[in-house]
Amino acid sequence: MSKPTLHIPAVPARPGEAPDFSYVHLAPAGAALRPDPRVPVRETVELADSLIRVLDEEGKARGAWDPKLEPSVLLAGLQNMVLTRVFDDRMQRTQRQGRITFYVRSYGEEAVSVAAAAALAETDMLFPSYRNQGLFLARGVSLVDLMCQLLSNTRDMCKGRQLPVMYHSAEKRVFSISGNLATQYPQAVGWAMAAAIKGESQLAAAWIGEGSTAAADFHHALTFAKVYKAPVILNVVNNQWAISTFQGYAGGEQRSFAARGPGVGIAGLRVDGNDFLAVYAATQWAAERARSGEGATLIELVTYRAGAHSTSDDPSRYRPREEFGEWPLGDPVQRLKQHLIQIGTWSEAQHEALLATVEEQVATAWKQAMAFGTLNEGEKLDPKLMFSDVYKEMPAHLQLQCAQMESGI
Amino acid sequence: MSVTSTMNMVQALNSAMDVMLERHASVVVLGEDVGYFGGVFRVTDGLQKKYGAHRVLDTPIAEGGIIGAAIGMGVNGLRPVAEIQFADYIYPAYDQIVSELARLRYRSAAAFTAPLTIRTPCGGGIRGGQTHSQSPEGVFAHVSGIKTVMPSNPYDAKGLLIAAIEDDDPVIFFEPKRLYNGPFDGDPDKPAQSWLGHPMAEVPQGYYRVEIGKASVAREGSAVTMVSYGTMVHVCIAAAEAEGVDAEVIDVRSMMPLDMDTIAQSVEKTGRCLIAHEATRFAGFGAELSASIQERCFWSLEAPIERVAGWDTPYPHAFEWQYFPGKQRVQRGLRQLLNIEG
Repeated sequence: MSKPTLHIPAVPARPGEAPDFSYVHLAPAGAALRPDPRVPVRETVELADSLIRVLDEEGKARGAWDPKLEPSVLLAGLQNMVLTRVFDDRMQRTQRQGRITFYVRSYGEEAVSVAAAAALAETDMLFPSYRNQGLFLARGVSLVDLMCQLLSNTRDMCKGRQLPVMYHSAEKRVFSISGNLATQYPQAVGWAMAAAIKGESQLAAAWIGEGSTAAADFHHALTFAKVYKAPVILNVVNNQWAISTFQGYAGGEQRSFAARGPGVGIAGLRVDGNDFLAVYAATQWAAERARSGEGATLIELVTYRAGAHSTSDDPSRYRPREEFGEWPLGDPVQRLKQHLIQIGTWSEAQHEALLATVEEQVATAWKQAMAFGTLNEGEKLDPKLMFSDVYKEMPAHLQLQCAQMESGI
Repeated sequence: MSVTSTMNMVQALNSAMDVMLERHASVVVLGEDVGYFGGVFRVTDGLQKKYGAHRVLDTPIAEGGIIGAAIGMGVNGLRPVAEIQFADYIYPAYDQIVSELARLRYRSAAAFTAPLTIRTPCGGGIRGGQTHSQSPEGVFAHVSGIKTVMPSNPYDAKGLLIAAIEDDDPVIFFEPKRLYNGPFDGDPDKPAQSWLGHPMAEVPQGYYRVEIGKASVAREGSAVTMVSYGTMVHVCIAAAEAEGVDAEVIDVRSMMPLDMDTIAQSVEKTGRCLIAHEATRFAGFGAELSASIQERCFWSLEAPIERVAGWDTPYPHAFEWQYFPGKQRVQRGLRQLLNIEG
């Protein structure tokens, strides 16, 4: 008789080994059926285990999930993805130069944020993780505002209190990012419950990484979303890696993350996260479902974290350097560009021109942001700001400590 | 045991786990990124390679799960050493620690126990903002049924961690991350120091223990007693030297159990006491220290006890050095205590 042994999830390739993505369950573009968004949950079981793809190898849009977007929408999407990437690259270099203390790129997973933002209404509320800068950019938060937050300078929206990348925008309806994982998930459900209580049609959308699905807050969110049929879209960005921990350690072996949706009783979709059209279409489907009162959808966006976890991390210690080049779902920017060229609204030359324009836009914004100071140079935030906003009114003991700080240092 | 090497705190902690994994088949290490990668601060580097993936486990990102599972392992005969990647991320495990781990022995009349060690990097000074800088030792020292430890140097770190792993009661082991690679006197403008040449960085390669519940005298003196732990021990010594005060610096090392005898002896000798910690002041561990010292040493005190602590705000990113209770704030506390103008 065999005995139980502890199963250790297998990591497909470590440094020095050839990348191996044979574990990624693929499906051809256009193969997935698109049911009416009001279908019962059980009719999404297959979609939660499949892979919704629209763009094929040649950049043609295929199948029932093609959202048939106007070229202007596609172009705006491409511009925002390029902007996100150029912004990320520039800020990463800035961190290396010591001007900001920390940075997180979204390299390789830009479509996840940009396509979703395009598919949602501007009044819908977004609850991002720290790798969703594309949401802020697609919603039109200014580059200078984001950069000033990174610099903790005199125009920092967080008044110097937060790590870089922990942005927010009440005006554009993007919630304050927390450094703690998955906390925004049940909060998004609560926001959506409030919309339902108030009889309003806005919905909430939230994003977490696949690693964070292990956190209890993920399960709290799904349960509350199911119980109250909350108008919420719960996105799991499966970028394969949580720092050094492979997605198998979050339970990704054998069964998709999307399948947990129907498991709990909400709809589930597994989507090619590097396919702008597929992400747009899935978000649109889930939004229609939520707005029609059929409740939440769990969307797994299959993508790849092409960069490091953050500027504090060196991924060459735990995975092969060549992995991104071998990633079967490619590069989201390249794929949308190829599609636009394929349909005759874009060219290599136009793309080069776009890149140059965006580089210039980011460089100009950086100069403007730097004029408000950096952590170490130029004008500084008043340290007294440390004591405000702890409470609405500053209590006596904080007033005293603030005075002590001013007199002492 | 007598062979020593120079170790930084990361190496000393690694060595403690290495020694214990080697000595006891029941010891297991678990946590986020601790296995193949060796931990985000490299504290578990090489342990999985040496002892295998069944004894050094990478876990899902779920602190409540890590501690809940570690309790189950402990109940079933193992001695788990669980890492919470940053003390700032310990709160999802709060219920498992406070309602379960701390009370299991008590509620089951010792029928069930879980000898856990929870290692977690704490404290500021690394520009980590509010999610990588907190000092929650007071929150846990307040809970009956767990021990709370924080070393300030490599020698103590290894000896205390071995003692924690051997302890039949659960221990929360706070590692001041700013001290991992070198002592820190609170001055951010000075180049980072290494442990090289520091007497407490000479660490035996093999097994030894530093008893939990014993404070140490980090610097002898007669004019004033400075009571502290973790990074602030180094800040206190630097402040005393900068101020030219003949201070005795007590390194508490363990908040619970607390070595009041060593502290009281010193305060009775000097008649003056300053307490320093990075954590927020209000209801911080310094409040317990201050109350206990006042109760034991009231008739020896020549001045009110002085507390120097983090301001009562969340840990701010841009204002780290105005927030951190550095050398100047401690010096000011000393002047106040000694009634010196300026």
